[in-house]
Amino acid sequence: MSGIALASTRAVRLGGPWLALLALVLAAALAFGVGRYPVSLLDVARVLAGRLTGHAPDVAPAVEAVILQIRGPRIAAAILVGAALSVAGTAFQGLFRNPLVSPDILGASSGAALGAVTGIWLSLGVLAIEGLAFAGGLGAVACVYALGTALSGRDPVLVLVLAGIVIGSLLGAGVGLIKYLADPYNQLPAMTFWLLGSLSGTHPSDLLPLAGPVILGTGLLLLLRWRLDVLSLPDEEARSLGLATGPLRIAVVAAATLVTAASVATAGIVGWVGLVVPHLARFLVGPGFGRLIPTAALLGAGTLLVIDTLARTVAPVEVPLGILTAFVGTPIFLWLLARAERDWS
Amino acid sequence: MTLLQADALAFGYPGREIGRDLALRLAAGEALALLGPNGGGKTTLLKTLLGLLPALDGTIRVEGRPLADLTARERARAMAYVPQAAASAFAFTARAVVLMGRTSRTGLLSAPSRADHAAAEAALHRMGIAHLAERPVTRLSGGERQLVLVARALAQEPRIVVLDEPTASLDFGNQGRVMAEILRLRADGLGLLFTTHDPNQAARYADRALLLRGGRPLAAGPVAEVLDAAALSRLYGAPVEEVRDTESGARAFLPGR
Repeated sequence: MSGIALASTRAVRLGGPWLALLALVLAAALAFGVGRYPVSLLDVARVLAGRLTGHAPDVAPAVEAVILQIRGPRIAAAILVGAALSVAGTAFQGLFRNPLVSPDILGASSGAALGAVTGIWLSLGVLAIEGLAFAGGLGAVACVYALGTALSGRDPVLVLVLAGIVIGSLLGAGVGLIKYLADPYNQLPAMTFWLLGSLSGTHPSDLLPLAGPVILGTGLLLLLRWRLDVLSLPDEEARSLGLATGPLRIAVVAAATLVTAASVATAGIVGWVGLVVPHLARFLVGPGFGRLIPTAALLGAGTLLVIDTLARTVAPVEVPLGILTAFVGTPIFLWLLARAERDWS
Repeated sequence: MTLLQADALAFGYPGREIGRDLALRLAAGEALALLGPNGGGKTTLLKTLLGLLPALDGTIRVEGRPLADLTARERARAMAYVPQAAASAFAFTARAVVLMGRTSRTGLLSAPSRADHAAAEAALHRMGIAHLAERPVTRLSGGERQLVLVARALAQEPRIVVLDEPTASLDFGNQGRVMAEILRLRADGLGLLFTTHDPNQAARYADRALLLRGGRPLAAGPVAEVLDAAALSRLYGAPVEEVRDTESGARAFLPGR
């Protein structure tokens, strides 16, 4: 990829993950501090310390409730979803050797959305909805990948992206059908709002089903980080280096789809983060997955946290996340595309 | 010692045979050129010998063992592949690319060890490109990128290095420079196998040549014996003229006019 202008300085490359961590801490301080009950990081630390030691914390009960019941879970969810989408995007971009793919473009998000909407329509539980989202996402990526492989006559990447668009619109029609069939008074508004992306209703009990898959998938990708470097080479080259690319590719798709599905099941469709954040991370630390995955996770977490904070504060009513990320992501994507013409083959 | 041996080999893709009746031997410390017109099956043959494509018929042995019995990891430890230097999707540094050569010598989940880093470093020095180590490969010239790929092959610590058109995208000066670096590897007992469509490359840099046309071997043997105007005319289906320097004995082939 182009433009490793920043990453060519070794210091930035080594310090990149720490820079991203600093950004996340700042974003968390902002997120806790903004809102009807401003809360400082110190209060948060006191409450958490109180929880750990068993002593009553030295803060107002209202503040403690805000931290533990409302803002804390929402901030934790934003961090997890942002990290998940960015890690998934990073993995997909390496896997497809294309810096312009993302969970949205490959159908993982729309597949997961169809699965989750189906789950909501059938009034299933959280785990069942997540399972359907995972199955939907995996199925969609498998379809896109199979189509891309079967039709890759001239330009494999173009075919892949087009396949993603085709499958994505088909899945969109599926989502539309479910919405059409859904109860227009109870289910439809919830579905619609959820599809636009939102963390507004995050409950403490939502965190475990989100954190489990995200940590599992991200952990697997982190363990495979050196192999992911090699996997981003052309297939025959990677195999000639002794890599069993087939099984590894399946493992990576499964891990990336798992974290995507978990985040879609929690927050709905939040586009652009998985496309744009991996680029920013690559600017900072270069393409090596060992540093790229943690940096992308931290940057993505910080980014979505800031966006979610905006979503609940810029207007009297909640602004859907997907709308905000689209407003921020579109210009950045166009800028990347303009650079691509110059530098990417 | 024979490092690589193929007998009665048929190669190609499932349902589309490209060549057959091929026999080939590569000894330690030897450079063998696969020479032939473009589209003659050279690259397909290379990929078959590397185990990237299954052989359709016949046998391939690597250091005496059937290729089909080797795992991907064992293959990579015996044979390294230097593909035609294509543009890379990501701007890995030259050092990171060379380190990838250690894939077959590290565990699935483990990070490269100090020994792996040392091997990569040694390979960079060996090819004379240590000063490029921190540069992104996307910013290197074609010749430099080719040397990085050869260094990556060395980091694999193979017995055989297989190169596909190693100088195809290089300018005149770099062709000589890269080939000279590559040929030095013979001194360490590595077997070199490279494809080329240029008979002068084969005549100048290879010990033996295998002439391949339409997937069939036309001739095989020491370059002094198999490369002459008549054989090359048959190989390319076009007139070829041989010129010889009477003092040095150096030969060159000119395409017909």
